[in-house]
Amino acid sequence: MANFTPISAAIGGALIGLAAVMLMRLNGRIAGITGIFAGLIEAQSTDWSWRATFVVGLVAAPLSAALIGYTVPIPQMPPSLAMIAVAGLLVGFGTRLSNGCTSGHGVCGIARLSPRSIIATGIFMAAAVIVVALTRHVVGG
Amino acid sequence: MRALASLFCGFIFGWGLFISGMIRPDKVLGFLDVLAIPSGNWDPSLAVVMAAALAVTGLGYALARRRAPLFEAQNQWPTQTVIDRPLVVGSALFGMGWGLVGLCPGPAIENLATLSPPVIIFVVAMAAGMVAYRLWEARAAASAERALATATATDG
Repeated sequence: MANFTPISAAIGGALIGLAAVMLMRLNGRIAGITGIFAGLIEAQSTDWSWRATFVVGLVAAPLSAALIGYTVPIPQMPPSLAMIAVAGLLVGFGTRLSNGCTSGHGVCGIARLSPRSIIATGIFMAAAVIVVALTRHVVGG
Repeated sequence: MRALASLFCGFIFGWGLFISGMIRPDKVLGFLDVLAIPSGNWDPSLAVVMAAALAVTGLGYALARRRAPLFEAQNQWPTQTVIDRPLVVGSALFGMGWGLVGLCPGPAIENLATLSPPVIIFVVAMAAGMVAYRLWEARAAASAERALATATATDG
Protein backbone atom coordinates (compact mmCIF):
# COMPACT_ATOMS: atom_id res chain seq x y z
CA MET A 1 0.00 0.00 0.00
CA ALA A 2 2.60 2.45 -1.17
CA ASN A 3 0.02 5.13 -2.00
CA PHE A 4 -1.76 5.06 1.37
CA THR A 5 -1.70 8.48 3.09
CA PRO A 6 -3.61 7.95 6.36
CA ILE A 7 -2.50 11.12 8.17
CA SER A 8 -3.41 13.63 5.46
CA ALA A 9 -6.57 11.61 4.79
CA ALA A 10 -7.64 11.89 8.43
CA ILE A 11 -6.85 15.63 8.62
CA GLY A 12 -8.61 16.33 5.32
CA GLY A 13 -11.60 14.21 6.31
CA ALA A 14 -11.89 16.03 9.64
CA LEU A 15 -11.87 19.38 7.79
CA ILE A 16 -14.66 18.17 5.48
CA GLY A 17 -16.64 17.17 8.58
CA LEU A 18 -15.91 20.51 10.24
CA ALA A 19 -17.17 22.38 7.16
CA ALA A 20 -20.36 20.28 7.12
CA VAL A 21 -21.03 20.93 10.81
CA MET A 22 -20.31 24.67 10.46
CA LEU A 23 -22.67 25.02 7.50
CA MET A 24 -25.42 23.47 9.62
CA ARG A 25 -24.67 25.55 12.73
CA LEU A 26 -24.34 28.81 10.78
CA ASN A 27 -26.81 28.49 7.90
CA GLY A 28 -28.83 25.41 8.85
CA ARG A 29 -27.94 23.66 5.59
CA ILE A 30 -26.68 20.24 4.55
CA ALA A 31 -23.25 20.40 2.89
CA GLY A 32 -24.27 18.45 -0.19
CA ILE A 33 -22.38 19.70 -3.21
CA THR A 34 -24.95 18.34 -5.66
CA GLY A 35 -27.81 20.19 -3.99
CA ILE A 36 -25.81 23.38 -3.58
CA PHE A 37 -24.58 23.40 -7.20
CA ALA A 38 -27.91 22.30 -8.72
CA GLY A 39 -29.71 25.10 -6.89
CA LEU A 40 -27.23 27.47 -8.43
CA ILE A 41 -27.62 26.43 -12.07
CA GLU A 42 -31.38 26.03 -11.75
CA ALA A 43 -31.44 29.67 -10.58
CA GLN A 44 -33.79 29.70 -7.63
CA SER A 45 -33.33 33.39 -7.08
CA THR A 46 -34.20 33.48 -3.38
CA ASP A 47 -31.23 31.56 -1.96
CA TRP A 48 -28.71 31.99 -4.74
CA SER A 49 -26.04 33.94 -2.87
CA TRP A 50 -24.99 31.44 -0.18
CA ARG A 51 -24.72 28.70 -2.81
CA ALA A 52 -22.57 30.87 -5.03
CA THR A 53 -20.22 31.86 -2.21
CA PHE A 54 -19.87 28.22 -1.10
CA VAL A 55 -18.72 27.30 -4.61
CA VAL A 56 -16.37 30.30 -4.68
CA GLY A 57 -14.87 29.13 -1.37
CA LEU A 58 -14.46 25.61 -2.75
CA VAL A 59 -12.56 26.86 -5.82
CA ALA A 60 -10.57 29.36 -3.75
CA ALA A 61 -9.13 26.60 -1.53
CA PRO A 62 -6.62 25.13 -4.02
CA LEU A 63 -5.80 28.64 -5.28
CA SER A 64 -4.87 29.69 -1.73
CA ALA A 65 -2.90 26.46 -1.33
CA ALA A 66 -0.91 27.32 -4.47
CA LEU A 67 -0.30 30.83 -3.11
CA ILE A 68 1.34 29.50 0.04
CA GLY A 69 3.57 27.12 -1.85
CA TYR A 70 1.64 23.86 -2.26
CA THR A 71 1.68 22.14 -5.62
CA VAL A 72 -1.82 21.84 -7.03
CA PRO A 73 -1.62 19.03 -9.59
CA ILE A 74 -3.47 19.20 -12.90
CA PRO A 75 -5.95 16.33 -12.53
CA GLN A 76 -5.23 13.17 -14.50
CA MET A 77 -8.18 12.65 -16.82
CA PRO A 78 -8.90 9.92 -19.35
CA PRO A 79 -7.75 10.81 -22.89
CA SER A 80 -11.22 10.37 -24.41
CA LEU A 81 -13.22 13.61 -24.22
CA ALA A 82 -16.35 11.67 -25.18
CA MET A 83 -15.85 9.42 -22.17
CA ILE A 84 -15.38 12.46 -19.93
CA ALA A 85 -18.60 14.00 -21.25
CA VAL A 86 -20.55 10.76 -20.74
CA ALA A 87 -19.17 10.45 -17.20
CA GLY A 88 -20.15 14.06 -16.45
CA LEU A 89 -23.69 13.50 -17.74
CA LEU A 90 -24.04 10.32 -15.63
CA VAL A 91 -22.77 12.11 -12.52
CA GLY A 92 -25.05 15.13 -13.06
CA PHE A 93 -28.22 13.17 -13.90
CA GLY A 94 -27.58 10.41 -11.35
CA THR A 95 -26.87 12.68 -8.39
CA ARG A 96 -30.02 14.72 -9.09
CA LEU A 97 -32.16 11.60 -9.47
CA SER A 98 -30.88 10.14 -6.19
CA ASN A 99 -30.74 13.58 -4.54
CA GLY A 100 -27.13 13.52 -3.38
CA CYS A 101 -23.54 12.58 -4.01
CA THR A 102 -20.49 11.64 -1.97
CA SER A 103 -20.90 14.67 0.31
CA GLY A 104 -24.70 14.80 0.69
CA HIS A 105 -25.32 11.05 1.04
CA GLY A 106 -21.83 9.74 1.84
CA VAL A 107 -20.92 12.19 4.58
CA CYS A 108 -23.91 14.27 5.73
CA GLY A 109 -26.51 11.52 5.21
CA ILE A 110 -24.62 8.66 6.82
CA ALA A 111 -23.69 10.99 9.71
CA ARG A 112 -27.44 11.35 10.32
CA LEU A 113 -27.75 7.53 10.02
CA SER A 114 -30.24 8.05 7.18
CA PRO A 115 -31.15 4.64 5.66
CA ARG A 116 -31.61 6.32 2.24
CA SER A 117 -28.07 7.67 2.33
CA ILE A 118 -26.55 4.41 3.55
CA ILE A 119 -28.24 2.56 0.65
CA ALA A 120 -27.27 5.27 -1.87
CA THR A 121 -23.63 5.25 -0.77
CA GLY A 122 -23.45 1.46 -0.91
CA ILE A 123 -24.86 1.50 -4.46
CA PHE A 124 -22.69 4.27 -5.90
CA MET A 125 -19.56 2.81 -4.31
CA ALA A 126 -20.37 -0.65 -5.70
CA ALA A 127 -21.16 0.74 -9.16
CA ALA A 128 -17.91 2.72 -9.22
CA VAL A 129 -15.86 -0.29 -8.04
CA ILE A 130 -17.38 -2.43 -10.82
CA VAL A 131 -16.71 0.21 -13.49
CA VAL A 132 -13.09 0.63 -12.36
CA ALA A 133 -12.59 -3.14 -12.31
CA LEU A 134 -13.95 -3.36 -15.88
CA THR A 135 -12.02 -0.38 -17.30
CA ARG A 136 -8.72 -1.18 -15.61
CA HIS A 137 -8.60 -4.95 -15.59
CA VAL A 138 -10.95 -6.25 -18.28
CA VAL A 139 -11.10 -3.69 -21.11
CA GLY A 140 -8.03 -1.50 -20.75
CA GLY A 141 -5.68 -3.81 -18.87
CA MET B 1 -23.72 37.09 6.78
CA ARG B 2 -25.13 33.84 5.36
CA ALA B 3 -23.14 34.29 2.18
CA LEU B 4 -19.96 35.03 4.11
CA ALA B 5 -20.50 32.02 6.38
CA SER B 6 -20.95 29.64 3.46
CA LEU B 7 -17.92 31.14 1.68
CA PHE B 8 -15.90 30.13 4.74
CA CYS B 9 -17.50 26.67 4.89
CA GLY B 10 -16.83 26.07 1.19
CA PHE B 11 -13.24 27.15 1.69
CA ILE B 12 -12.69 24.72 4.61
CA PHE B 13 -14.46 21.96 2.67
CA GLY B 14 -12.17 22.62 -0.29
CA TRP B 15 -9.08 22.49 1.92
CA GLY B 16 -10.32 19.16 3.29
CA LEU B 17 -10.62 17.71 -0.21
CA PHE B 18 -7.23 19.16 -1.13
CA ILE B 19 -5.26 17.96 1.91
CA SER B 20 -6.85 14.52 1.84
CA GLY B 21 -5.90 14.12 -1.83
CA MET B 22 -9.55 13.51 -2.77
CA ILE B 23 -9.33 16.39 -5.25
CA ARG B 24 -7.16 14.03 -7.36
CA PRO B 25 -9.10 11.60 -9.56
CA ASP B 26 -6.13 9.21 -9.71
CA LYS B 27 -6.15 8.89 -5.92
CA VAL B 28 -9.90 8.26 -5.82
CA LEU B 29 -9.57 5.61 -8.56
CA GLY B 30 -6.72 4.09 -6.51
CA PHE B 31 -9.30 3.43 -3.78
CA LEU B 32 -12.04 2.20 -6.11
CA ASP B 33 -9.61 -0.27 -7.72
CA VAL B 34 -10.16 -3.09 -5.24
CA LEU B 35 -8.65 -5.63 -7.64
CA ALA B 36 -5.32 -3.98 -6.78
CA ILE B 37 -5.55 -5.30 -3.20
CA PRO B 38 -3.65 -8.57 -3.89
CA SER B 39 -0.78 -6.74 -5.58
CA GLY B 40 -0.46 -4.30 -2.68
CA ASN B 41 -1.21 -1.24 -4.85
CA TRP B 42 -4.61 -0.48 -3.37
CA ASP B 43 -4.97 2.95 -1.69
CA PRO B 44 -7.39 2.85 1.28
CA SER B 45 -7.09 6.63 1.92
CA LEU B 46 -10.67 7.41 0.84
CA ALA B 47 -12.00 5.13 3.59
CA VAL B 48 -9.97 7.07 6.18
CA VAL B 49 -11.26 10.39 4.77
CA MET B 50 -14.85 9.18 5.09
CA ALA B 51 -14.31 7.75 8.56
CA ALA B 52 -12.80 11.03 9.83
CA ALA B 53 -15.47 13.15 8.11
CA LEU B 54 -18.24 10.93 9.52
CA ALA B 55 -16.83 11.04 13.06
CA VAL B 56 -16.74 14.85 13.08
CA THR B 57 -20.06 15.30 11.24
CA GLY B 58 -21.86 12.67 13.33
CA LEU B 59 -20.81 14.31 16.58
CA GLY B 60 -21.39 17.86 15.31
CA TYR B 61 -24.83 17.07 13.89
CA ALA B 62 -25.85 15.39 17.16
CA LEU B 63 -25.02 18.64 18.96
CA ALA B 64 -26.59 20.80 16.20
CA ARG B 65 -29.93 18.93 16.48
CA ARG B 66 -30.92 20.78 19.60
CA ARG B 67 -30.16 24.32 18.54
CA ALA B 68 -31.15 26.77 15.83
CA PRO B 69 -28.48 27.96 13.39
CA LEU B 70 -26.97 31.41 13.76
CA PHE B 71 -28.04 32.99 10.47
CA GLU B 72 -31.26 31.10 9.66
CA ALA B 73 -34.56 30.51 11.47
CA GLN B 74 -34.10 26.75 11.72
CA ASN B 75 -32.01 23.81 10.54
CA GLN B 76 -33.16 22.39 7.21
CA TRP B 77 -32.72 18.65 7.73
CA PRO B 78 -33.66 16.40 4.81
CA THR B 79 -37.12 14.89 5.26
CA GLN B 80 -37.25 12.06 2.71
CA THR B 81 -37.09 8.57 4.18
CA VAL B 82 -38.48 6.27 1.47
CA ILE B 83 -36.02 4.04 -0.37
CA ASP B 84 -37.42 4.25 -3.89
CA ARG B 85 -36.40 3.55 -7.46
CA PRO B 86 -35.00 7.02 -8.23
CA LEU B 87 -32.63 6.68 -5.25
CA VAL B 88 -31.37 3.29 -6.39
CA VAL B 89 -31.14 4.04 -10.14
CA GLY B 90 -29.68 7.52 -9.59
CA SER B 91 -27.00 6.20 -7.25
CA ALA B 92 -26.05 3.50 -9.76
CA LEU B 93 -25.78 6.02 -12.63
CA PHE B 94 -23.72 8.38 -10.46
CA GLY B 95 -21.40 5.55 -9.40
CA MET B 96 -20.83 4.57 -13.04
CA GLY B 97 -19.81 8.12 -13.98
CA TRP B 98 -17.65 8.42 -10.86
CA GLY B 99 -15.85 5.18 -11.70
CA LEU B 100 -15.20 6.26 -15.31
CA VAL B 101 -13.26 9.41 -14.39
CA GLY B 102 -12.76 9.49 -10.62
CA LEU B 103 -14.52 12.81 -10.13
CA CYS B 104 -17.61 13.42 -8.03
CA PRO B 105 -19.27 16.87 -7.93
CA GLY B 106 -17.16 18.46 -5.14
CA PRO B 107 -13.69 17.69 -6.50
CA ALA B 108 -14.92 18.33 -10.08
CA ILE B 109 -15.99 21.89 -9.24
CA GLU B 110 -12.93 22.50 -7.06
CA ASN B 111 -10.63 21.40 -9.91
CA LEU B 112 -12.02 24.22 -12.06
CA ALA B 113 -9.32 26.21 -10.24
CA THR B 114 -6.73 24.43 -12.42
CA LEU B 115 -8.48 25.61 -15.62
CA SER B 116 -7.83 22.15 -17.04
CA PRO B 117 -9.95 21.79 -20.25
CA PRO B 118 -11.00 18.16 -19.57
CA VAL B 119 -12.24 19.23 -16.12
CA ILE B 120 -14.23 22.10 -17.64
CA ILE B 121 -15.79 19.64 -20.11
CA PHE B 122 -16.67 17.31 -17.21
CA VAL B 123 -18.32 20.10 -15.17
CA VAL B 124 -20.27 21.42 -18.18
CA ALA B 125 -21.50 17.87 -18.92
CA MET B 126 -22.38 17.43 -15.24
CA ALA B 127 -24.40 20.67 -15.28
CA ALA B 128 -26.09 19.51 -18.50
CA GLY B 129 -26.97 16.22 -16.78
CA MET B 130 -28.57 18.15 -13.92
CA VAL B 131 -30.57 20.34 -16.32
CA ALA B 132 -31.58 17.22 -18.28
CA TYR B 133 -32.85 15.71 -15.05
CA ARG B 134 -34.92 18.82 -14.34
CA LEU B 135 -36.49 18.74 -17.83
CA TRP B 136 -37.12 14.99 -17.62
CA GLU B 137 -38.70 15.38 -14.19
CA ALA B 138 -40.98 18.20 -15.40
CA ARG B 139 -42.10 16.07 -18.38
CA ALA B 140 -42.71 13.05 -16.17
CA ALA B 141 -44.78 15.18 -13.79
CA ALA B 142 -46.80 16.65 -16.69
CA SER B 143 -47.56 13.24 -18.20
CA ALA B 144 -48.57 11.87 -14.79
CA GLU B 145 -50.96 14.80 -14.47
CA ARG B 146 -52.38 14.12 -17.94
CA ALA B 147 -52.83 10.44 -17.07
CA LEU B 148 -54.64 11.42 -13.91
CA ALA B 149 -56.84 13.89 -15.80
CA THR B 150 -57.68 11.25 -18.41
CA ALA B 151 -58.47 8.71 -15.70
CA THR B 152 -60.68 11.21 -13.90
CA ALA B 153 -62.44 12.10 -17.17
CA THR B 154 -63.06 8.43 -17.95
CA ASP B 155 -64.36 7.81 -14.46
CA GLY B 156 -66.53 10.62 -14.72
